[in-house]
Amino acid sequence: MQEGAVLEMRGICKYFPGVRALQDVDFTLREGEIHALMGENGAGKSTLIKVLTGVYPKDGGGVHIKGVDSPAVIRSPQDAQNAGISTVYQEITLCPNLTVAENMYIGRTKGAGANWKMMNSGARKILESLGIPASPKQQLGSCSIAVQQMVAIARAVDMECKVLILDEPTSSLDEQEVQKLFVLMRDLRAKGVGIIFVTHFLEQVYEVCDRITVLRDGQLVGEYVIEDLPRVQLVSKMLGKELDDMADIKGESGGAPVSQDGAPVLAAKDLCSSADIKPFDFSIRKGEVNGFTGLLGSGRSECVRAIFGADRVTGGTVKMDGKSVKIKKPLDAMKQGVGYLPEDRKGDGIVGDLSVRENIILAYQVMKGFFRPVSRAQAEEFADEYIKLLEIKTASADTPIKSLSGGNQQKCILARWLLTDPKYLILDEPTRGIDIGTKIEIQKLVLRLAEQGKSVTFISSEIDEMLRTCSRLIVMRDRKVVGELNGEDLTQAKIMATIAGGDEK
Amino acid sequence: MTTPVKNPETRVKRPDEPLFKRLTRQQLFIPVAALALLVLFNLIADPSFFAVSVKENSLGNPVLSGNIISVLDNASELVILAIGMTLVTASSGGQDISVGATMAIAGSVILRLVCGGQVTADTMQMNLVLAVIIGIAVTALFGAFNGTLVAYFKIQPMVATLIMYTAGRSIAAWINNNQLPIINDLTFKYAGTFLPGIPVPTPIFITVLVILVFWLVLKFTTLGLYTQAVGINANSSRLNGLDPKLIKLLTYVILGVCVAVAGFIRVSRSGSINYSRIAENIEMDAILAVALGGNALSGGKFNIYGSILGAYVIQFLTTTLYKYEVPSTALPAYKAVVVILLVVLSAPVVREKLSSMKKAPAKAAKEVS
Repeated sequence: MQEGAVLEMRGICKYFPGVRALQDVDFTLREGEIHALMGENGAGKSTLIKVLTGVYPKDGGGVHIKGVDSPAVIRSPQDAQNAGISTVYQEITLCPNLTVAENMYIGRTKGAGANWKMMNSGARKILESLGIPASPKQQLGSCSIAVQQMVAIARAVDMECKVLILDEPTSSLDEQEVQKLFVLMRDLRAKGVGIIFVTHFLEQVYEVCDRITVLRDGQLVGEYVIEDLPRVQLVSKMLGKELDDMADIKGESGGAPVSQDGAPVLAAKDLCSSADIKPFDFSIRKGEVNGFTGLLGSGRSECVRAIFGADRVTGGTVKMDGKSVKIKKPLDAMKQGVGYLPEDRKGDGIVGDLSVRENIILAYQVMKGFFRPVSRAQAEEFADEYIKLLEIKTASADTPIKSLSGGNQQKCILARWLLTDPKYLILDEPTRGIDIGTKIEIQKLVLRLAEQGKSVTFISSEIDEMLRTCSRLIVMRDRKVVGELNGEDLTQAKIMATIAGGDEK
Repeated sequence: MTTPVKNPETRVKRPDEPLFKRLTRQQLFIPVAALALLVLFNLIADPSFFAVSVKENSLGNPVLSGNIISVLDNASELVILAIGMTLVTASSGGQDISVGATMAIAGSVILRLVCGGQVTADTMQMNLVLAVIIGIAVTALFGAFNGTLVAYFKIQPMVATLIMYTAGRSIAAWINNNQLPIINDLTFKYAGTFLPGIPVPTPIFITVLVILVFWLVLKFTTLGLYTQAVGINANSSRLNGLDPKLIKLLTYVILGVCVAVAGFIRVSRSGSINYSRIAENIEMDAILAVALGGNALSGGKFNIYGSILGAYVIQFLTTTLYKYEVPSTALPAYKAVVVILLVVLSAPVVREKLSSMKKAPAKAAKEVS
C-alpha cells in the first residue's frame, strides 16, 4: 500500500450481462483528502462505489484498507461499514418518519432495547460539533433536504469512518446549503477522513477537492492533482474528446432578436396557485427563450407549475396569442400547445415500468383522446424517430425507461413533448443530474427550438446554463418575482446581486 | 445514478440466451407451465380425464359432458371477475375484496326483478335483458362507490372494499326481504346451463364474449396504457393530462359490470340464490388468478390474458382434485399447497435468483475466453 493511503482499489472489474461496467480500475484514497470521482453518466462511478460498499460483488481485483494486511472482504454494506467505509447517497436513504436521533442510531444499537436518553444526548453532541441545525428529537421528515443530507453525514461520521463516500450530495441543495456542507467536509478532512466526492458540478469540484480521478466507459482515465487539471481539460478527459467551447453555444444560434410585434404567445397576469406563491405577471413571445432563476425554494418551479396548471390555479388571467384561456389542469395547457418537463424526473416525469416507446407517445396519446389509440406501427415510428433525433441511448424502444441513465430518461421526456409539437415548452431543470455531454445537447436543442419559432422557458440551478440559453431572466426570491434582467444586465454578478437582494440602495 | 451502466455498443443481447431462459422471462411462463403440468399429470394418471362424451341432460337434450367441459364451464365467473380485478389492481395497486358479496347483490337484484317480487315464479315477470341491465347498473354503482373511496378519498382498496365485503350479503338479502326467491322458468336458466339445441354450456359463450369485448376495448381505446401509467406513476400521468382519479374510478366501475355478469351466470345455473354461500370466497380466487397471471398485485403493468389463464388454472386444479375424490372440506388445503408453490415460483425475487444461478457459469466462461 502507498504511504498515507486509507483505501486502495486495484484492478477492479465488474461485468453485467453484456456490459463491462468496470475494467481494471485503480483508485487510491489518501488520508485527509477530498477526492472527486468524475465521469459522465455510465462511466462507472456508481458501479465503483457500489462495489466498494459491497452492494455489487466484484468480478476481479482487490480492495485494501489501511490497517488491514490482507485484502479486505466486503460482501455487504454491513461489511463495508465495519471496515470503516460509510456512504451517503444522493437520495436520502434514512427514514423520514423517525426522529433525527433515531435515524442516527438505527441499526447500530446492540440488542432489542434502545436507550433513548443516550441516543438523544449522543446525537445532540455530534450535531452540535458539526454545526448541523437540527434537534435530535425532531422528526427527520420535517427537516429541509439539506439538513437531512447532513444528518446522513453525521450518522456516517459518528460510525467513525475512515472513508466517507458522498454520492451526489449537493444535487438537491441550494448555494448556501452547499457551502455549509463544504465547511463540514473540510472539517472532516482536517480530522483525517478520506472523502470520495461524486458530483456533476464542476465548480464544486474545484472549490473543495484535492484530487480527481476520472473514469470513462468503465475504464480509468487517470488520477490528477486538482491544480494540474484545468477545467476544460477535465471536461475533455471525461468526454474523451476536445469539447467545442461551451460558451459558443449561444453564438451558433445567431441570437436573432425576438420580434416584439403582436401579442405574446402566453401572457399571464396576477397568476397565483395553491402552492403559495405571490401573484406574478409573466409573458413570452414567439421564438423567445426566457428563464426563472432564484434559490431553491424561491418559487421558480411553482411559477411554471401554475402556468401549466399542475398546481391548482387560485387567481389571475392567462392569454394565449391575445385570447383569454382558462387553464385549470395540465390537459387544458396541453390543448393550448404548452408542454412541461417537470423538475422531478423520477417522481413526475418518467413512468418507470413503461417502455421508452410508451413514455414518448404518452402526452401525444392523451391529447389525441381515449378512443383514438396510436397504432403500434405509428408509435414505433415516432419512438425510432426521436431515439435517432435526440440520440437516446437505449437497447430498444421496448426497454423500460427506468433502466436508462438519467440523461437518456430526460431525453425521452423531451421527446414526449416535442412529439406534441408545442408552441411553448417549459423545461424545469432539464439538465439536473445528467452528464455534461447531454447537458450541452439539451441547451443546443433549446436554442434550435427557439429558432424554429417555439417559445421556451428554461430553468436551471446553474446560472451559466441560463446565461447561455436565455435572453431574459425572471428573478425570484421568497416566492415572489423580484426582478427581470435582459440585455447587458445578463451577467453572473448582476443575477447574483438580484437574487441576494438588498442592493437597491 | 442508480441505473445500470449501458453503452450503445455493448447492449444486452437477449437472443443469445438459451431458449429456456428466454421462456422463463416471459410473464405468461408460470400460468402456462402450471397448466401444462396439470395436463401432464392428468394424462399420466388417467387419460380418461380428457374424455368428452355426449350425454342427455335432464331435459333430454344431447349435451357435451366431461372434465374439460366442466373446467371451462365452471371457470366462467372466475375468468370474468379476474379480468375486472386485473384492471383494478393495475390502476390502484390494490384489490377489491367485495366482488363475492356484490355478486350476491347482482344475483339478488336480477332474481327479484324476474320473479316480480314473489318468492316463487313460474314465468319471468320482466324482460330478462332489462333485468340483467338493471343488475349491471346496480353493481356498477357499487363499483363506483368503492372506486370513489379509493380514488377520491385515498382509502386503501382493501379497506375501502371491506365495507361492501361486510355489508354486501346483507344488502342482497334485504333486496328480497330476506326471502329466497326461486324462478322455475326454464328460459331463465339458459344463461347458466344450455341453450336448447346447443351442446356447449352457455357460460362458456358468455365468457368468450366478455374476453372478446375486453380485447376490443384494449385494442380500440387507450384504457390499457392509461391504467398502467396511472398505476405506475400517478403524478406524472397527471402532468401528461390524465385524470388518475377518474381512471381509478373507471376501473372499479368496470369491475362492477364484470361482477354483475358473473352474478347473473351464477344465479342462472340454479334459478335460486343463497345469500351467504353464493360465490363465497371467490374474491380470493380472483385475486389469485391475477397474481398467477404474473401481474404485480402492487399495480402498474398488467397482462389481462395472464389473469384469464390464471383463472383457468385454478379451476383446472379444483376439478382435478375433485376427480381424485379429495373431500370438499380438504380441498382448500390441497389447493393451498399448489398455490404456495406457484406463487413462490412466480415471485420476482425467486425468478431473479433462478436466472442468476444459471447466469453464473456462463459468465465464468466469458472471463476465461
